[in-house]
Amino acid sequence: MPRLIETAACEGLLPVVLPEVRLSELPFAPVTSVAAFAGKDRAVGTALRKLGLGWPEPGRSVRAGEAACLWTGRDQAFLIGAAPEGLAGVAALTDQSDGWARMRLQGPGAEAVLARLVPIDLRVAAFPEGAVARSGLNHMMMVLMREGPQAFQIMVFRSMAGSAVHELAVAMKALAARAALG
Amino acid sequence: MRIAGKGLIDRSETVGFRFDGRDYTGFRGDTLASALLASGVRIFGRSFKYHRPRGVMTTGSEEPNALVTVGRGARQVPNVRATVQEIHAGLEARGQNAWPSIGLDLMGVNDLFAPFFGAGFYYKTFMWPRAFWESLYEPVIRRAAGLGALSGKSNDEAYEKAWAFCDLLVIGSGPAGLMAALVAGRAGADVILVEEDSRMGGRLLLESHQIAGRPGADWAADVLAELGALPNVRLMPRTTVTGAYDGGTYGALERVALHIAGPDDDVPREGFWRIVARRAVLASGAHERQIAFANNDRPGIMTAGAVRGYLNRWGVAAGKSVTVFGNNDYAHRTARDLSAAGVRIAALIDLREDVAMPGDFPVHAGCRVIDTVGRRGLREVVIADREGKVSRIVSDCLAVSGGWNPALHLACHLNGRPDWREDIAAFVPRAGMVPGLTVAGAANGAFSTHACLAEGAAAAEAVVEDLGLRAAKTDLPQAEDAGVRIRAYWEVPEPKHRAWLDFANDVTTKDVRLAAQENYRSVEHMKRYTTQGMAPDQGKNSNVAALAILADATGRAIPETGTTTFRPPYTPVSIAAMGAGGQGKGFAPERRTTSDGAARDRGAPMIEAGLWYRAAYFPRPGEASWRESCDREVRMVRERVGVADVSTLGKIDIQGRDAGRFLDLVYTNTFSTLKPGRVRYGLMLREDGMVMDDGTTACLGEGHYLMTTTTAAAGQVMRHLDFVHQAHCPDWDVRMISVTESWAQFAVAGPLARELLNSVLETPIDGAAFPFLSCGEVRVMEVEARLFRISFSGEAGYEIAVPARFGAALWRDLVARAESLGGGAYGMEALNVLRIEKGFITHAEIHGRVTAFDIGLQGMVSAKKDCIGKAASQRPGLTGPEREQLVGLRPIPAGRAIAAGAHLFDEGAAAVASNDRGYVTSVCWSPTLRSHLALAFLKDGRARIGGRVKLVDHLRKAEVLCEVTHPVFFDPEGGRARA
Repeated sequence: MPRLIETAACEGLLPVVLPEVRLSELPFAPVTSVAAFAGKDRAVGTALRKLGLGWPEPGRSVRAGEAACLWTGRDQAFLIGAAPEGLAGVAALTDQSDGWARMRLQGPGAEAVLARLVPIDLRVAAFPEGAVARSGLNHMMMVLMREGPQAFQIMVFRSMAGSAVHELAVAMKALAARAALG
Repeated sequence: MRIAGKGLIDRSETVGFRFDGRDYTGFRGDTLASALLASGVRIFGRSFKYHRPRGVMTTGSEEPNALVTVGRGARQVPNVRATVQEIHAGLEARGQNAWPSIGLDLMGVNDLFAPFFGAGFYYKTFMWPRAFWESLYEPVIRRAAGLGALSGKSNDEAYEKAWAFCDLLVIGSGPAGLMAALVAGRAGADVILVEEDSRMGGRLLLESHQIAGRPGADWAADVLAELGALPNVRLMPRTTVTGAYDGGTYGALERVALHIAGPDDDVPREGFWRIVARRAVLASGAHERQIAFANNDRPGIMTAGAVRGYLNRWGVAAGKSVTVFGNNDYAHRTARDLSAAGVRIAALIDLREDVAMPGDFPVHAGCRVIDTVGRRGLREVVIADREGKVSRIVSDCLAVSGGWNPALHLACHLNGRPDWREDIAAFVPRAGMVPGLTVAGAANGAFSTHACLAEGAAAAEAVVEDLGLRAAKTDLPQAEDAGVRIRAYWEVPEPKHRAWLDFANDVTTKDVRLAAQENYRSVEHMKRYTTQGMAPDQGKNSNVAALAILADATGRAIPETGTTTFRPPYTPVSIAAMGAGGQGKGFAPERRTTSDGAARDRGAPMIEAGLWYRAAYFPRPGEASWRESCDREVRMVRERVGVADVSTLGKIDIQGRDAGRFLDLVYTNTFSTLKPGRVRYGLMLREDGMVMDDGTTACLGEGHYLMTTTTAAAGQVMRHLDFVHQAHCPDWDVRMISVTESWAQFAVAGPLARELLNSVLETPIDGAAFPFLSCGEVRVMEVEARLFRISFSGEAGYEIAVPARFGAALWRDLVARAESLGGGAYGMEALNVLRIEKGFITHAEIHGRVTAFDIGLQGMVSAKKDCIGKAASQRPGLTGPEREQLVGLRPIPAGRAIAAGAHLFDEGAAAVASNDRGYVTSVCWSPTLRSHLALAFLKDGRARIGGRVKLVDHLRKAEVLCEVTHPVFFDPEGGRARA
């Protein structure tokens, strides 16, 4: 029997490339939600440290190479790019890999694009590298992480990928057209 | 008329534009007002009520007269201030409130009837007959009175919204604002400097003041160059801060492309900013006041500051022979600047007696203007001296200054009330009216350039220290420090003709006195009775003068009389800008399933379910209507096999030692006894005992459950579970997260369902080993999947779930295989028919006002345990024969169509509300039973099964006799699902 074919969340939608900013889909990676069972916080922290990571503070992430552990809510984190080794039994683990469209917005104009869609302070002093927020992307809920001075990772519900790309592309084009006004 | 060598415009670049159907030219840097004034245009529009010719009066957004409509068709924008609109190639503007043109306005006849049109005239006159107000009087009055109009068409232009954050927001870029931005910017604070005008510099661009021995505009340019080079300073010209809100949030409207000829479609026309600032400095300057005298509204009568502003900034003389009339020293600057530029000053008239001014023009101290002449524009000024001797001065421009009102609006937006300052005869802000906001410069009543610079610097130094930064020493440059020296003066007494206060709303001194006379003595009542200060004015021009006259008329002092309330927005904000991001589908993102592309490829119409889009049906060649497709899909499921995408149902992964206990708390029935590999149907109540949702929950393993919810209530249930956990049992070991988006889930239903599934499963299942209501992990085409044996159709049914990235492929494969078995995909229409035939409820039935008893599921409320909503559901009145209970209806004869929403009545009873016995929630044509069917709520319905009821659809005027049946029409024993 042939294997089922995979379809990317943003299939046919990305990349969108403009002079100052680029929006692209991130390659598929395992995403596991981790929520420590009662009284197992330390065990979870230990297991994550063994992966080179750790339990993130609220609004922050812990990153090591391709792997990252992002705070995503009260007593909840997303482990991305690594298998949840050593966490079974101490934390509720739920596969979230397919539930999210993961994108990267990159370039000198990235912050200005997000300022059109995200109602939070994204200046680097307030939202430094590694910072994570659950916020809105216009009317969509989003997990946002700053990856670098000019790069953000955006996660929205997979079903909303089309709307998310549309909103981001409209903001990107508006800024490009604004810049052209001089 | 242009004056050679004056102004800050770029005379090398000529710009053509149209106004009121005629071509004009101006220069780059011109506003519509300055270019038209330079071209000798005097009438810009007609007044609101009396259709009086009106000309430009000011240089800024406070302009009450020169309101024009810009653009055409769907893109036309009404009530644009000609003083704010920059000219550009292709600009097309026209005056407002005139027919056929502003030069010849037939509505001008209104002015002849002015004696009748005082305040409250409409209310008093058009009272009777009452019904005529809405149908006749109001539409006619509205057509005759008013401002510009919207096109009524949908505008496709782009608008945007945006957020910004800063340490210090500086509002206004005059001397105070520039100093504040400079001090804070040099100290390293994140500064946003916002200026309403296209060019920063504020009053420095309009005056001939020197700063540090150089023209003020040059000094401003240097400061702006320094600020522009600082990475921590953002300059936002063409942006008006329109409101101050809680938490240091300010609304601001940016005119992004309104000054551009033919901007790209992607460029937003305007942007609405929400700026969150830790501190703010309000340096918004001041507005010059008019003085009320007879016929003070003729084209050519302007504020004195505007007359010299047009000269200094745009090189425009507003008249050939200018008379200046004022009560303060600043008015003299107009005579000085114009005279120096070679413009004839006909006279300087000062209300004060102890004034003298050098110059080659007559100075009339202690005199006043008592009237003006000139129907379509000022020709003569009539003055009276202190003895009352009257003389006439030939003049085409009258520059009036009644003093200056600090532009303190934003400081009052959180309902603070300003203080009256006698020495400048104006209200000034009180400290702390908006937390974090300091007012500096003219907005604070400090009018001299030196005082503005000093207050701006001091405000920023305080902010810098407050934020823990270190201010670099910034020296104050040398500047003039002359006070306004004003004698308060509001109206020339006993005018022979009307004397205007609020030009935008055509309110005169007589109207205010009439309000007082009719006992509208509170300033808020006077405002509403006369419309003074409303709409476009927002209290900018006439507020202080009007309340001064009210104070006089009611024998009170000005502070005692008080001001009206200042509210956002400071200037009009287009709804398109405020609602940007909500255009088209922007307000509601689309959620698409993994089968979406395949469904659309098949031509399936999509219907919205919340934000989701789901296929309604899958039309096949030869099918003429949705009903044909739907009937075929129903038969397919009943006779062969159908495949439907059910991924939109909410899925919640629940884990933890107390997960079973938690489910017992939120569901009416027991789940802690559910064994791994089994599925159970559950019912959930709200706290108030009404049904919230239903669905199945599967036990995937020890302490691990997967709950499904309806599509509609997925978010609500997730929120409810979070609430219950956090509020009622925070110490329970339960963790949950939505996995709705992670899985693509397809229903496979029909007699051949198992045959179809076994063709894709790596290990086939059989009916006995995988009985009804079981679940388990399977592998489908090399992918880990989950299989649930549940049925919403009443047929042998399964739901297979794969990680969403495999959804599209599995859907296409399943549909192709189903078709080879004589089946195929089915959509929401067929799904609905199948469930109605089976009497399964959806949110059409559990609509928020029904109990478990009402839907016949009272047996599911476990007696052995408590659950959310159980106690409330046992309140009196929520059970018993008085309740409307779920029943089925079959029309007599079966072919009669019935409509959802119809109401039920006893046979023979009149179809009136008092006889109402219930209503229909769901209807369908059942191809299986060859009858229309309905689910309905009928009072004491279960006791009436077998009887008859009359169904009346008042909306569609239909009446159908129906038989009351059990809600399960088809296969009541449920044998097919278990086969």
